[in-house]
Amino acid sequence: MLRFAAKQLFNMGFTLLAVSLLVFMLNEWTPGDVVSKILGPYANADQVEKVTREMGLDRPAIVRYFEYMGRALTGDLGQSIVYRAPVASILWDRLGNTLLLAAVSFAVIVPLSVVLGVLAGSREGSFTDRAVSVFSSITASIPEFAMGVFLIAIFVVGLGILPGTSPLRSDTGWPIWSQFVMPVLVVTLYDAGYLISMIRTSMVEVMRQPYIRTATLKGMSFGQVVRGHAVRNALIAPFTVILLQLNYLVSGLVVVETVFAYPGFGRMMLEAALAKDIAIIEAGTLVAVVVTMLTQLFGDLGYMALDPRIRV
Amino acid sequence: MAETGDRVREWPMPDGATAPTTTAMLTLDGLGVEANGRRGSSRILQDVSFDIAPGEAFGLVGESGCGKSTVALAVMRYLGRGLSLTNGRILFEGRDVAAMATAELRALRGNRIAMVYQDPMSSLNPVMTIGRQLIEVPLLHGETDAAKARARAIAMLGEVRLPDATAMMERYPHQLSGGQQQRVVIAMALMAEPKLLIMDEPTTGLDVTIEAAILDLVTELRAKFGTAILFISHNLGTVARLCDRIGVLYAGRLVETGSIRDVFKAPAHPYTRGLLAALPEHKAPVAGGGHRRLSPIDGTLKAADRARTGCAFAPRCGHVEPVACETRPIALTAVMGDGAHMARCSRLAVVAAAKPSARTSMPAAAANRGQVLLALDKLSKRYDLTGRFGFTSGASIYALSDASMAARAGETLAIVGESGSGKSTLAKVVSGLIPATSGSATLRRAAPHSSAPGGRLREAESPGATEDTGALHTSAPGGRLPTGESPGAMQEEIGTVGVDQRSPDTRRRIQMVFQNPDSTLNPSHSIEFALTRPLRQQRGLSRADAKAEVLKLMERVRLPADLLRRKPHQLSGGQRQRVAVARALAGQPDLIIADEPVSALDVSVQAAIVNLLGELLETGDLALVLISHDLGLVRHMADWVAVMYLGRIVEYGPASQVFAAPFHPYTEALLEAAPKPDPDASAPAIVLKGNMPSPTERLAGCGFASRCPKKIEGVCEREMPPVRQFGAHTIACHRELSGGATTSV
Repeated sequence: MLRFAAKQLFNMGFTLLAVSLLVFMLNEWTPGDVVSKILGPYANADQVEKVTREMGLDRPAIVRYFEYMGRALTGDLGQSIVYRAPVASILWDRLGNTLLLAAVSFAVIVPLSVVLGVLAGSREGSFTDRAVSVFSSITASIPEFAMGVFLIAIFVVGLGILPGTSPLRSDTGWPIWSQFVMPVLVVTLYDAGYLISMIRTSMVEVMRQPYIRTATLKGMSFGQVVRGHAVRNALIAPFTVILLQLNYLVSGLVVVETVFAYPGFGRMMLEAALAKDIAIIEAGTLVAVVVTMLTQLFGDLGYMALDPRIRV
Repeated sequence: MAETGDRVREWPMPDGATAPTTTAMLTLDGLGVEANGRRGSSRILQDVSFDIAPGEAFGLVGESGCGKSTVALAVMRYLGRGLSLTNGRILFEGRDVAAMATAELRALRGNRIAMVYQDPMSSLNPVMTIGRQLIEVPLLHGETDAAKARARAIAMLGEVRLPDATAMMERYPHQLSGGQQQRVVIAMALMAEPKLLIMDEPTTGLDVTIEAAILDLVTELRAKFGTAILFISHNLGTVARLCDRIGVLYAGRLVETGSIRDVFKAPAHPYTRGLLAALPEHKAPVAGGGHRRLSPIDGTLKAADRARTGCAFAPRCGHVEPVACETRPIALTAVMGDGAHMARCSRLAVVAAAKPSARTSMPAAAANRGQVLLALDKLSKRYDLTGRFGFTSGASIYALSDASMAARAGETLAIVGESGSGKSTLAKVVSGLIPATSGSATLRRAAPHSSAPGGRLREAESPGATEDTGALHTSAPGGRLPTGESPGAMQEEIGTVGVDQRSPDTRRRIQMVFQNPDSTLNPSHSIEFALTRPLRQQRGLSRADAKAEVLKLMERVRLPADLLRRKPHQLSGGQRQRVAVARALAGQPDLIIADEPVSALDVSVQAAIVNLLGELLETGDLALVLISHDLGLVRHMADWVAVMYLGRIVEYGPASQVFAAPFHPYTEALLEAAPKPDPDASAPAIVLKGNMPSPTERLAGCGFASRCPKKIEGVCEREMPPVRQFGAHTIACHRELSGGATTSV
């Protein structure tokens, strides 16, 4: 077990190094450079050369890479061009906001999907099953931006009980907590539909297994069978997919963050990419990789906890 | 005409069971079950009536789809979706199961009636420990003290002879062998000391030795707890060993019921007679070669037969008489005035007077018979287990070690042994799916038997063939390599050559027939396509020639040509296996490897496939390697038998000699364990304990030493056994066996 964890951590470090090198090199080789970005289109050659030298950009890329990594280890991730501030300060701030949104959404999505998926799948073909299936396929098939606009029309424009934007500032007249409701609602409706149908399918499969019959013929009630024997088995297959949602929630919320003007990680990455703000892209990519690898590690550990047949 | 009434019956009681009472424990009275689907309803069970006394064992037999499992689940009131009880009553201890309230039903299930299922692996929850699954039972049925429930579970694991019961509680189902899993399921069923135990094919899929041990255990526990048993099986041998009475189901109707002795000795219904006649005789002298014919039951059960007013078996019956059999419902009638033995037949007298059709025997007079087509010499397969990063971890699996044997034209070489004995590895090596690690497998060409050049050679060579002994070396004296012909053309080394490296011609010459025809025929290809492709590819026939050849093949496997356009799922299991045989024959192979060719088929169909394989051998062009765990079948089919254990051959020789003393102790145990469809057969004297050792160990001594009832302490586990030679018959054993001359290892 300890060996497994150690090996995973080693693999993670190695992957991180490889990805950082790759991102650094890609940025190095893409057309257009930082200096002309900073100085604008009308700078003359002398100015460009001067700034290049000042920034140390005339030295070999590999030297600069190690320099960058060395500084990154001390927490210095460079300067952002777009935000005119150290990358670290912006990144951690935005990441914090996104993690908060992701955590709240995840805490709603998972229990909701498990409950509805299990309810639907335990009695295949029942009214509950069909109602849940229809609900989940409708919500999963409406894109986030459409869902956002739709819900804004109801709750913000129509009923006026929720704020339409979520900049996480108290000067908007809405308490901070209320600014979370709309983004979480949109993310939940969009994402849960998919998870519900995954869990439902798995549950239907499990309910057909002979060991469910064994449990019933031991004299258990339907509820006891579902809770005691079916649910854990039904969660094994969708478990990876559930954890993959974490990746989506951290780096894939661009649309929701944009619709609600939420100061999050995804929107930051989008803005940086459009402005070719290399320092942010590099640091952001590394963060996204770390998140992915951590969920993978949790995935492996969770799998082992759920399914005794998997052992390292 | 006697009917089922309130007559007082005398139940045959097992020793030690509770005293007989006149009230039945379970009564099925005119049970009818219907399936309601979108396309209307169909009858699954019709007028099924029998009862089981306390402590009695009742066997219910029938072929797949006859409704046996539905009976079991109906007793538990656990009918699947779309099935409903339409007629009759199920009384358990006098109470109507169908009328029970849910709570009452739950108190019954697992407590008063418990069930043991086929396929124990899938019947146990994979993510729960054995202990938790066992403890649940008493906790559901009134026990409140968890510690007491646990103690009871440990005690029960001991009762079913599982080693180290306390440690077993913490293990998960996948960590147990199949036999151990079934013991756990039995322990779980007995946790609440039920009055009725329903066993649905409890030993199907287990090895014969494990089956014998499980049946032994059930007999013992039944005597101890006085549990009544409803035993459902398609295997007449297991029913004969365990049960007091038997019921035969056909198309959802009980066609015959009576004591085991009455039904087996004097079967009254034509279907029961057919079933018993279809089995290979377990007492007949071993003549070998499958040259006697079995008597299959003609035809197959059609869906429409279930709806017949009269006898459902009428379309397949040789004694059918339209008015008596097909116009009105037929009641269970007492056989020869004996109210305990009844059959649902209106022509009992006629049937009883008819003599069973004589088993025809075909002389084997093929010219090439006895020529060695495949010779294996010290063939071995070792898997080196790879660790992380692809380095060898040092551990190896010895799947096959030093296997030497020969398959001869016109003859059957049977390979028997438990699962894990290396039978299938051997088949895979020969077919090229995995190359051998060492040793050789030589594929030889039969000397032409027509007027082709070289035909003379055969006569000079063949006398040696039938006297050929044991291990065959390619360089052995009397090797039939015709001088003057190029060796490459006549024999070819295939043991270490994978199937991709083999020439198309070599691939053509070795064909396989697999256990399950459903999964080996492509479901989206028509039968015609499945048969045409090998003809075109392996034999390079033109489209027109292939078409003509397909018709010949269909005739050869006795299938009507109008099936050609069908897809595999539109055929019955027996028909599909015929197609699989035809597909194997398409390339005109020299060698057919049949891996459990009939074990997935119903008894009445098995006989026909066995006959077909026997017929194919008569042409003399072909050698058959038969891999089977069914010793009855092997006894019937084999000319030569190789008994394998842990990757090694422990006994090898002509069938008549292998099935007669002296035996290797393992062969003897296998023969003892095989269930025999005979109420007079004694219970096995030797029941092997324990499991086969792990094939990752390189054992210094005999692989069988750990389970051998005749082990010589201090010798068997230390030294490799010598190979004792009795003419053509070899046994690898340390024991002095009478009449043996020991040769070196």
